[in-house]
Amino acid sequence: MSNVTISRRAVLAGSAALLASTAMPDIGWAQTLKKGGRLVVAADSEPRNLNPAIVASNGVFFISSKVVETLAEASFDGKDGLQPRLALSWEGAADGLSVTFKLRDGVRWHDGKPFTSADVAFSALQVWKPLQNLGRTVFKDLAAVDTPDDLTAVFKFAKPTPFQLIRNALPALSSVVPKHIYETGKIEENPANNAPVGTGPFKFAEYKAGQYYRLAKNTDYWGKDEPWLDEIVYQVLPDRTSAAAALEAEEIQLAAFSAVPLADLDRISKVPGLKVITKGYEGLTYQLVVEINHRRKELSDLKVRQAIAHAIDKDFVVKTVFLGYAATATGPVPKNDPQFYTADVPTYAFDVAKANALLDEAGYKKGSDGNRFSLKLLPAPYFNETKQFGDYLRQALAAIGIDAELVNNDSPAHIKAVYTDHAFDLAVGPPVFRGDPAISTTILVQSGIPDGVPFSNQGGYKNEELDALIAKASETLDTAARTELYKEFQKKVATDLPLINVAEWSFISVARDTVSNIANNPRWAVSNWADTYLAG
Amino acid sequence: MTRPLILLRRRLVGSIFVLLIVIIGSFLLLEAAPGDAVDAYIVSTGGDAGMIELLRHRWGLDQSELTRLANYLWALLHLDLGHSVTFSRPIREIILERLPTTLILMGSATALSFGLGSALGIYAGARPGSFRDRFLSIGSLALYAVPGFWLGLVLIVIFAVDLRWLPIGGIESLASDKTGLARTADIATHLVLPVSALGFIYLALYLRMMRAGMAEAWRQDFVLAARSRGLSRRRIVLAHVARNALLPLVTMLGLQSAQMLGGSVVIESVFAVPGLGRLAQEAVAGRDTPLLLGIILTSAVLVIVINLVVDLAYAFLDPRVGASEAGA
Repeated sequence: MSNVTISRRAVLAGSAALLASTAMPDIGWAQTLKKGGRLVVAADSEPRNLNPAIVASNGVFFISSKVVETLAEASFDGKDGLQPRLALSWEGAADGLSVTFKLRDGVRWHDGKPFTSADVAFSALQVWKPLQNLGRTVFKDLAAVDTPDDLTAVFKFAKPTPFQLIRNALPALSSVVPKHIYETGKIEENPANNAPVGTGPFKFAEYKAGQYYRLAKNTDYWGKDEPWLDEIVYQVLPDRTSAAAALEAEEIQLAAFSAVPLADLDRISKVPGLKVITKGYEGLTYQLVVEINHRRKELSDLKVRQAIAHAIDKDFVVKTVFLGYAATATGPVPKNDPQFYTADVPTYAFDVAKANALLDEAGYKKGSDGNRFSLKLLPAPYFNETKQFGDYLRQALAAIGIDAELVNNDSPAHIKAVYTDHAFDLAVGPPVFRGDPAISTTILVQSGIPDGVPFSNQGGYKNEELDALIAKASETLDTAARTELYKEFQKKVATDLPLINVAEWSFISVARDTVSNIANNPRWAVSNWADTYLAG
Repeated sequence: MTRPLILLRRRLVGSIFVLLIVIIGSFLLLEAAPGDAVDAYIVSTGGDAGMIELLRHRWGLDQSELTRLANYLWALLHLDLGHSVTFSRPIREIILERLPTTLILMGSATALSFGLGSALGIYAGARPGSFRDRFLSIGSLALYAVPGFWLGLVLIVIFAVDLRWLPIGGIESLASDKTGLARTADIATHLVLPVSALGFIYLALYLRMMRAGMAEAWRQDFVLAARSRGLSRRRIVLAHVARNALLPLVTMLGLQSAQMLGGSVVIESVFAVPGLGRLAQEAVAGRDTPLLLGIILTSAVLVIVINLVVDLAYAFLDPRVGASEAGA
């Protein structure tokens, strides 16, 4: 055993082997399975609403996905990338007007009442469709949910809706909440929003504001022998530097969602007893994007946009800003997406001379001070990396004679400046790819979106051909044809550059060696952790 | 009427105006910050136009600034601090939950900086210009120059990560079911590092003030008189020199309480202490105007009360204070 530990430490020193190390816990050495124990996890925020059926966001899922379950969860090897949770099977009708879910038998809510198709119907019609941040778009045509028996729910759509989209939406959008708790009073004000009741492997036990959340084992869980842990405690650590220190001091055992900053990873990976894990976030890909305000005369010129794309050294960005924990992007769908991604799009190699030539051609000659024109650059403040890329972009633009003035705001001010006031020329944003371009990707370039909608096309870009393509894909039922349309979509976006995709990245977990079964699905951090255990 | 009572009455009348100015000023400042609570909320969720409009309506943000200010003041008149949109809970409840933590942290840190600072000040001021005086003066100045968050991080690395003597943060052990004395001890252990980080920084002020006051006092005639009466050096230092230098420190104590509140914003974040300072930071980040106003109001009342107590103590210690007001 000790030999293994030493060799592993040596292996960890090489950063190339870092990635491989995540696969090792299962095969490298036998760890003894141990039931029970408390897993202490770092949490950096305290969501105001913990109901994942209303707020489908990673911050909420991180805690609530252990309590409230979805119909299906993402999977590395399951059919269509899914594995069953509350639903055992799902089938779409050929006309796109209905989807039938067969539900799991013998499931009980945490208060002992049985889970039935009525709960699914209630969640879909009363919560996902009218109230959920993402469901309002995906389930907008949902007209009714038939419940022929307790274990069957048939979703009826008013307009043909692609089954592929519904399927891809299941892991994030289909959290089922109990009808008997939510049917009285206003759903938004229900106390269960702050102390969720679900069917999951853990019950919501306690919340001390500013200190911790505690989830306790659900002894009545449907999964055989699950969950393994007795409890999960989320310790609220608002300061980004403290998660690494807490791991080293063995006060917490896991820091997910890159709570340990990238710059600390090299050091922390050498600490005995800690492991750095890059897997388990494949379904939560963030895209580093340059948002463009096409109302600016210069930026409405395709040549200028091409020049900016050529001025960005994507490899350098991945290496320097993300310290290698990212991939370069080619277009609006990330490379790690198994269904839609195509590499067959125009690419823009790093070429300053070509960029300068394009700008000359466009008629923006360098002035006596070496500048062609100036513009305002607003990097989103949500991640260190978006801010750092803003600094890089400013230098990259200077090299081609564009003088960018950096404007730094905090999050609410940035949202307002870019998406409501349009007070930007270029912005750096981190939109999320959620497994299907129709969920939150096409709105980044589609026209006709009202002012004030965040993470959407607020740059005044309008391309009728692209709009028509997006509309057609949204009603194409055949999976292969629909996928083909989205490949076309990627090509068009990469050609016309309504925005510039620079890189794709996801999060990193740091955990103690004892924490096992980490990262065993593509949305692990926001999945139910029923099989996670602490090795003895 | 007795002197302290007159002082009290005057101060209370003045305080109400101070509070009103604080509230209106803070409200206007917050409104001037771009983005509102809904903008802050949708950062983590996204959402379509309909949802955003609904939220603005439900949170009352579709009303004009003036209406909201008037509503707030009207509610305040009924001692209602309002409802927090970022926590979706009544503000009074949230603040009362956090206030004790901040009071303990501030109180302990003030006691530490005042106690240790004045003691070291007496030690240094007993022999102005000596080696120990210079050493302490420079050392404390160096501490004063250190940013609070950095000192906090260094303490964490040394005492929590490397030595593992003390917990890294929080106010007590997580979900531990401790009660009574065990819980008190647990909280005390958790407070050692944040109190040190906060207290050590302000220690220099008391130390240097005490030392300077004493250096001044040594030159006074009464010291010469005391010497000529053949009093022991120890007695001269403590009963005559130090005692005369103590008065300005009491004033400082009142002034520092406001500074301490500011410092606790940083320290509470670094040590994950669930107090008012961290709450204030969250309120700004969430653009939760009523919550922030509630915190500012609480802090203002706190500072006013502390200064009132200090003034009363001063009036008690120094007969000259308030004498003119009693005569008026």
